[in-house]
Amino acid sequence: MANEWPLWEIFIRGQHGLNHRHVGSLHAPDAEMAINNARDVYTRRKEGVSIWVARSTEITASTPSDKGPMFDPAEDKIYRHPTFYNIPDEVGNM
Amino acid sequence: MYAQNVDTGSKGVRGADELSPEEAAFQARIDDNIKIEPKDWMPAAYRKTLIRQIGQHAHSEIVGQLPEGNWVTRAPTLERKAILLAKVQDEAGHGLYLYCAAETLGISRDELMNKLHSGEMKYSSIFNYPTLTWADMGAVGWLVDGAAIMNQVPLQRTSFGPYARAMVRICKEESFHQRQGYSIMMSMVSGTPAQKEMAQDALNRFWYPALMMFGPSDKDSVHSDQSMAWKIKMNTNDELRQRFVNETVPQAHYLGLTIPDDDLVWNEETGNYDFSQPDWDEFKAVLKGNGPCNRERLGARIKAWEGGEWFRDGLAAYAEKAAKRRAAA
Ligand SMILES: [Fe+2]
Ligand SMILES: [Fe+2]
Repeated sequence: MANEWPLWEIFIRGQHGLNHRHVGSLHAPDAEMAINNARDVYTRRKEGVSIWVARSTEITASTPSDKGPMFDPAEDKIYRHPTFYNIPDEVGNM
Repeated sequence: MYAQNVDTGSKGVRGADELSPEEAAFQARIDDNIKIEPKDWMPAAYRKTLIRQIGQHAHSEIVGQLPEGNWVTRAPTLERKAILLAKVQDEAGHGLYLYCAAETLGISRDELMNKLHSGEMKYSSIFNYPTLTWADMGAVGWLVDGAAIMNQVPLQRTSFGPYARAMVRICKEESFHQRQGYSIMMSMVSGTPAQKEMAQDALNRFWYPALMMFGPSDKDSVHSDQSMAWKIKMNTNDELRQRFVNETVPQAHYLGLTIPDDDLVWNEETGNYDFSQPDWDEFKAVLKGNGPCNRERLGARIKAWEGGEWFRDGLAAYAEKAAKRRAAA
């Protein structure tokens, strides 16, 4: 339909200082209304203290078929995790 | 349920040897409980069925506001008014979460709206029954939201990611709905004899329509097997209906109310209540558009949509003008 409102992706930061998190999307004519609507749709129970909105069309996503080449290389790099290293108990907490 | 009798475009499930390699890989992901996301390959029938199911679910949330909205201005106290308003607002939110999930499958919001208004897409039969007294607000929250919860909790594990995530949000909000309904019933039954009578009358009228929410009996629901293989349906209709009856009967007893079913009896052997089936001819008639309120409900939706057009257009025009002004500055 010609004058269908654009879609916005909604990101909300919760009370405890964590990152903004994607919570869903909604339609609105502009950014200001998107924030107003996001307040009503996604924060009715104090779910957030800050809202970001972004036009869905402005988001570039990785393609599902690239999942292997993109993410598999991290699989065999277990030395990136602290548990890879054996530290003797005598050393204490590290 | 909120989505009753959803057509999967096929009868029965095809065997593994009848699937194309793509279809087999898709089914294997579902069997491994890996979520399907919007950009992933999926069979056309899965996409189509899900649009139908999620769309029907969304429409039910939106149309479902009407029978309760009817009582917002007439709630007996300011507190009950605020509670009912909050509940109805939640239902609007549920509709919006679900429309967004459906849109990730490649249908637009306006298309969904048009399909509702033209009657091509359905909403749950339950919302075609009238809410005649304040006790109906109790019965609706207790029974209708209670039945919805029964269906929605397992759907949190459904195979399509956006649908599952919408369900998680919705389930978090639903239990308030059921409890506020039951709380209204508790007030009514501890009131005057006339008030208690009103509560019984509401239960009498909503009991069978609530049982219908789970959809036709398993032997009559031809699309169940495919939907269950795709994990867009997690339990059979009869399973959920039985669970609902088992849970609800003791709650009615606590209220001192009688379930309007002379054949309702605890079955020691099966560990379930035996109960009477609703009138399935009535169910079919309501789905076809001949329930007590079908015309009124759809009429109200169309009126709101058409009456709001100038406003939606105005906001869009303003947004466009403001964007041009910004570009020029
Ligand atoms: Fe809901
Ligand atoms: Fe609800």
